[in-house]
Amino acid sequence: MQQSDFLHVVMPFKDKLFRLAKRLLVSKEEAEDATQEVLLKLWSKNKLMNSYNNVEAYAMMMTKNFCLDRLKSKQAGHLKLVHTNYEDNNISPQRQMEVGDSLAWIEKIMDDLPDQQKLVLQLRDVEQYEYEEISDLLEMKPGAVRVALSRARKTVREKLMQKHKHGIV
Amino acid sequence: MELYNIEKLLEKYFEATATVAEEEMLRSFFLQKNIPEHLQQYAPMFQYFAVEKEERFTKDLPLKPKRKFVKWVSVAAVAVLVAAINITVPKSTALESEYTQEEIASAQEAFKLLAYNFNKGTKQLGYLEEFQKTTDKFLIKE
Repeated sequence: MQQSDFLHVVMPFKDKLFRLAKRLLVSKEEAEDATQEVLLKLWSKNKLMNSYNNVEAYAMMMTKNFCLDRLKSKQAGHLKLVHTNYEDNNISPQRQMEVGDSLAWIEKIMDDLPDQQKLVLQLRDVEQYEYEEISDLLEMKPGAVRVALSRARKTVREKLMQKHKHGIV
Repeated sequence: MELYNIEKLLEKYFEATATVAEEEMLRSFFLQKNIPEHLQQYAPMFQYFAVEKEERFTKDLPLKPKRKFVKWVSVAAVAVLVAAINITVPKSTALESEYTQEEIASAQEAFKLLAYNFNKGTKQLGYLEEFQKTTDKFLIKE
């Protein structure tokens, strides 16, 4: 497989990999590094790529595993700590102008969810994956996917309501 | 009618029983401008997901073209080297094929004789140690 062919294959889902990585790692820079690493790994195996029947699913799985490993490693724990110190600066002014800080608040709520719920919510509500795809990707039973998704959505709703009630908006 | 539908879909959405298509309907409903008051609280969720989907990976991808020939060049170099050594160094043939048994036997005898005489010579040198002893005595007295 040539470079151009590879880029052609990877192009449609590289942003999905990045968004998944960012959901887990939170920091944009770390997510960029992770995405780059995953894509380079994929490129190094490009001979095998024709044998994967779903390169996107495979790449998503690689990204998920890579990011979870990063989170587990002490180094990432340290980076994450540093990162949360200035989390609030991450919200681009453009986004704030567009929709106010409700969206930033949701981001915060999602950051507090357990990794599995984060993943499910990201894959379903941002990327619109089917339940079967999610259950394959996360190696979860379809029922467990639905439970996690429902729980995640309800948590977001609940915390959002709390905020509205306190009139912080 | 439509509002009723939206409320039903919302319920399904939170129970995670809605299909992707149904969720898409919800999304497009909440992304429009005029959302009824009582549903407005849900709008930020759907807006957030829509905004998140716009995030792009913009970092370069430094793909190096695979230089497979480099690997093979080193293999070829080793092969050439081995061949060259084989050609320049003449094969060391076995002694038996170049000399007859008698020749080998007589050569061995000659070497033995030589070795014996050498040993005799070194034995004579043993007396030199006596010189060392005597001078040592003088040295101690001094």
